[in-house]
Amino acid sequence: MVEQSRLQRFNEVAVPHLDAAYNLARWLTRNEHDAEDVVQEAYLRAFKFFDGYRGGDSRAWILKIVRHTTFTWLARNRPSEVVASDEDGDDDRAAAANGAPRSDPETLLLQRLDAELLNRLIDQLPTPYREVLALREIEDLSYREIAELLALPIGTVMSRLARARERLQRAARGSVTPRLVK
Amino acid sequence: MICKDVPDLIQPAVDGELDSAQAAALETHLHDCAECTRLVEAQRNWRRTVRAGMTHFSAPDRLRARLAVSLAEADAAAARTERPRGAGWRPFAMAASLAFAIVASSGLTAYFTLPGEQDSIVDGVVSAHVRSLMAAHLTDVPSSDQHTVKPWFHGRIDLAPPVDDLAAEGYPLVGGRLDYIDRRPAAALVYRHREHPINLFVVAAVAAGDATGIASRSERGYNVLHWTSGGMAFWAVSDLDLGELKDFARLYRTANTAPAS
Repeated sequence: MVEQSRLQRFNEVAVPHLDAAYNLARWLTRNEHDAEDVVQEAYLRAFKFFDGYRGGDSRAWILKIVRHTTFTWLARNRPSEVVASDEDGDDDRAAAANGAPRSDPETLLLQRLDAELLNRLIDQLPTPYREVLALREIEDLSYREIAELLALPIGTVMSRLARARERLQRAARGSVTPRLVK
Repeated sequence: MICKDVPDLIQPAVDGELDSAQAAALETHLHDCAECTRLVEAQRNWRRTVRAGMTHFSAPDRLRARLAVSLAEADAAAARTERPRGAGWRPFAMAASLAFAIVASSGLTAYFTLPGEQDSIVDGVVSAHVRSLMAAHLTDVPSSDQHTVKPWFHGRIDLAPPVDDLAAEGYPLVGGRLDYIDRRPAAALVYRHREHPINLFVVAAVAAGDATGIASRSERGYNVLHWTSGGMAFWAVSDLDLGELKDFARLYRTANTAPAS
């Protein structure tokens, strides 16, 4: 007698990942209203194509649709943010070499960086960097899971993450050091 | 392993992505090299700082409610396309208006389909439900505390509906709101089950006497239950499936076998 409707099955598969979906969209769009619109659109798309979902990792399935919807939305509304700002250049190596803090007091200072400033600095990173940070640090996805979601080689995921952290650290040092000097 | 091998291993080491052989080789090297240890530790600390400080955004209730509405609508639209003349509720209502058909009974509670003359009220109840979700105005008094919600209605409406938190049973109280059903003021109690909001509208009963059963109807993708008790008419509406909504009604009614004044 209790046969589940398509909507009920969808709710069970997709709704548990609503926080993850929103979190990703929120970090990508940097705006709560845009994130809500995008997630709403993504979930309606997911529901429409639900018959194509063949089981397996439901979070990966949903995140892929959310990601696709978000980038489509960004391309339409904020095209300047989706230009490939992620060329895997050689400046990384140089940057990585400079990545290490120069002194122990500075390391301590960076560790005490307040969360509000940190989040503001993350918001200033290019979209692909914000994306890998959100997937790795909040959703706790492995390199392999991120690679599959982004359709990139694992090596690229690793270097993108390295550059994201490095740029963030440079920015943090830039905003913290002046106070240190005072 | 020598020092120049270390930089390439820092990220995977920090992320716990080294295989055990690599991890062991790195450990051995770090044991003898203070400089590389400092490098790895600094990155590990920085990663920890970022991980701990980065905001975890949660989907706002407003989005959950909005989504529930638009998914139900999409589902209803899909059902209409599949069955153009629809085995929706209209034929059902016609049958119901011919005979007050008993569709199911469970325990001591008899379930009926709502008769056709209730169409406009059912429509109003569902509209009020949808409106409450869309306007992000689910509650005037957001509280899971029955002792906050119940007195809130006092002086605002000439009714004292029983308010019980059913969280232990999986139907937590979310709050209360004033609304209008059939051009009469209604107390709206808001409950939630899993992700699904339930509006329980309470209005003064038109006819005296308590009906013995619960009437049900499916309308626009929502299930509606109706019963009367203690001079009040109750309308529960949600996108929950009928079985779960009936569970809610049963729990609510059981919690209030003696309706409070």
